[in-house]
Amino acid sequence: MGTQAFDEIMGAGGQDGARPELADLCRWLDETPPDELRRRQHSAETTFRQLGITFAVYGESEASERIIPFDIVPRIFLADEWERLSAGLIQRVEAINAFLVDIYGERRILKEGVLPADLILGNPQFRPEIAGIRPPHDVWAHICGIDLVRTGPDEFFVLEDNARTPSGVSYMLENREAMVRLCPELFAKFRVAAVDSYPDMLLETMKSVAPRGCGQNPNCVVLTPGHYNSAYYEHSFLADSMGIELVEAADLVVDDDVVFMRTIAGRVKVDVIYRRVDDDFLDPLVFRPDSMLGVPGLIAAYAAGNVAILNAPGNGIADDKAIYSYMPEIVKFYSGGAPTLPNVETYRCREPQALRYVLDHLDELVVKLVDGSGGYGMLVGPTASRAEIERFRAALIAEPHRYIAQPTLALSTVPTLVEQGVAPRHVDFRPFLLTGSRGVQVVPGGLTRVALREGSLVVNSSQGGGTKDSFVLLPGHGAPPGMSQTMGGMTQTMGVGPGGAA
Amino acid sequence: MLSRTAASLYWLGRYVERADYIARLVEATLRLDVLSTRSAGEDAWRSALAVTDTEDGFAASGAVLARESVARFLLSDSAHPGSILRCLAMARDNARAVRTALTREAWQAINGAWLIFDQQVRRLDSNATLAVVEAVKAETRGFEGAVHRMLRNQTTLFIRLGQAVERTDNTARLLDVKYHILLPEGERVGGTVDRDQWTTILQTVSAVTAYRWLYSDGLNPANVIDLLLSRAELPRSLAASMEETVIALTGLAKSSGTQGEADRMARTRQARAARTRTGDVIAAGLHQHLQALIVENAQLHDAIGRQFKFHH
Repeated sequence: MGTQAFDEIMGAGGQDGARPELADLCRWLDETPPDELRRRQHSAETTFRQLGITFAVYGESEASERIIPFDIVPRIFLADEWERLSAGLIQRVEAINAFLVDIYGERRILKEGVLPADLILGNPQFRPEIAGIRPPHDVWAHICGIDLVRTGPDEFFVLEDNARTPSGVSYMLENREAMVRLCPELFAKFRVAAVDSYPDMLLETMKSVAPRGCGQNPNCVVLTPGHYNSAYYEHSFLADSMGIELVEAADLVVDDDVVFMRTIAGRVKVDVIYRRVDDDFLDPLVFRPDSMLGVPGLIAAYAAGNVAILNAPGNGIADDKAIYSYMPEIVKFYSGGAPTLPNVETYRCREPQALRYVLDHLDELVVKLVDGSGGYGMLVGPTASRAEIERFRAALIAEPHRYIAQPTLALSTVPTLVEQGVAPRHVDFRPFLLTGSRGVQVVPGGLTRVALREGSLVVNSSQGGGTKDSFVLLPGHGAPPGMSQTMGGMTQTMGVGPGGAA
Repeated sequence: MLSRTAASLYWLGRYVERADYIARLVEATLRLDVLSTRSAGEDAWRSALAVTDTEDGFAASGAVLARESVARFLLSDSAHPGSILRCLAMARDNARAVRTALTREAWQAINGAWLIFDQQVRRLDSNATLAVVEAVKAETRGFEGAVHRMLRNQTTLFIRLGQAVERTDNTARLLDVKYHILLPEGERVGGTVDRDQWTTILQTVSAVTAYRWLYSDGLNPANVIDLLLSRAELPRSLAASMEETVIALTGLAKSSGTQGEADRMARTRQARAARTRTGDVIAAGLHQHLQALIVENAQLHDAIGRQFKFHH
């Protein structure tokens, strides 16, 4: 499996040398000694630790904080590859949005029998409390992260849609920051699309979906579960780079269907909320009466059209693993054409025939819990032990509807700095898309996750994965325009005083 | 600004100041014990506990009173809420909660200070103690510098307010306890001077050199008291701390357009202090004066919480 994998830099064969457009990266790898690469990588990781870009590891004792390992070798997308990929991503996100509008509205897709109604209406991710509410500008999935894997130059597959609260964008930005600082020479070799305008794009998106009547400058906030959350750094980073308040539920209060934040000078009205809190903890009056968390009355304010919530409550139905296998049909239904980006072939274990096949091929398949995430509750057949496989077999027979299974793909690799030097490691990719009132935008970059262990296909940070910067090349060839050596014409002249001479 | 943010910034200021103060206290005590020609030994450490009002807490920890055990208790005891380690953890917790309000520099100083204790400090001999103290001081200094370069807005004002209120408390306690130890009931100011002990006070507020610039007649307790009480030129004096409290509150009042109870208390306190002469305070009883100030400072702290709606 590992041997035939497509390497995104070295191409298919390996011996034939690099893909011609990326030969410069190979030369760079050859010219830069591993020790130097290691030194730079270490410097980046030290910075991440100093900045506190850490995540909490669940299931470990103590509040352990770790950084995600950073790999210094970038992954590179060619301009035309990216263009084709973007078209597929936009089609997918437009379909997700149309699906949400439909499911919480007319339900045409159910009426026309494209999806089984019980799959939607009986799904815990479907929120009947939300049905009938129309978010401002009919946008539901404002911020999407689409997880992709690749098997060849133009062969991308969607592994998972994230239409709730996708994280990782801070890594995209911080990794780029580190690369620019540590490997400036690469940016002289390649014309790389900038990602640092992401916060501006996000704020623009937020403002564009503000409820009507908020004026030119709607009050936008980021809502975080708090600083013990594993993605807190990202929440604070985004609020900070957009220059807006980072609030917790206790900072908000709803009065007469209007949301306010509590400030030292009293209450201030809030118009747009980018929430990084799960639906369950948004509003105890609606979702979890047993919960003390959340903002009582928030959904009523939302239903009254007084506040925009990004992403919309109820989105879980669009990225649920049980729905995933129907995405090709969903895309086709709303876009009217064939899906540009295929799914990974998926066996729905709820269907008896599929279950039988899965049970017969457990050692070849990846089995996933429909409601699991982060690599927990997952079987990777080819590398699993006998005992693990038998454990999953029993679980599958007991509750087949909770599982899906997929073939293991020959995931692409990218050269990665490991102990022995630079070696190929499997990667996946999460690009980010923003949808505002004026349509969908693809951010030219994303989060590349890399499985650092040889042959491993598990890229989750909780399971020993790392990250890489992801370059998207701009169209046109040649090196980028040279940077001026002088700064605004001001130079320091030394040793030349009045009467002095050089 | 969010009330929660304001509260966190204020507490951030208090905890950083407290950590810095304890670091300087430990350093000065170490000098008194180890570097002085007439080592004060255990007494030095007992008085360090008295100054931080933690004698009971230390006794409860079960440790025997000795240099290393007290140093560990004040520096890195994770069970002692007043240790530098815990102060920095609290400072970092508050800083994390308001991550967006701080610059990278300011955050890195806090995080850096906290990381000092990341590796378990195994043995705390004099050198190791000094190294930790130096490292803490360097990071808190870095934090001060970073705050100084941040936007002069409500964020920095709340941090400064927390620092000023904490500093008032710390300096008052330092002076009270040391004075009590040095001049027990009945002895007159101006008697035999324990140079090392008085120098310790000056070291704790980083004022050894300042003292020489301001007073020409050598080391004398009345002057040391005057310096800590009423010389606003010295940043850690009570006069300067009270003035800083007023400045921070006035800045906040200006930016928000409202004033309250805390403003009135702080201004009244400062005006009274400006009228007070050190000689009169000593004559009337320094201990009573400082105790009243500590209580009043705690009341001001509560008033600040009410005025800015720290608890809703």
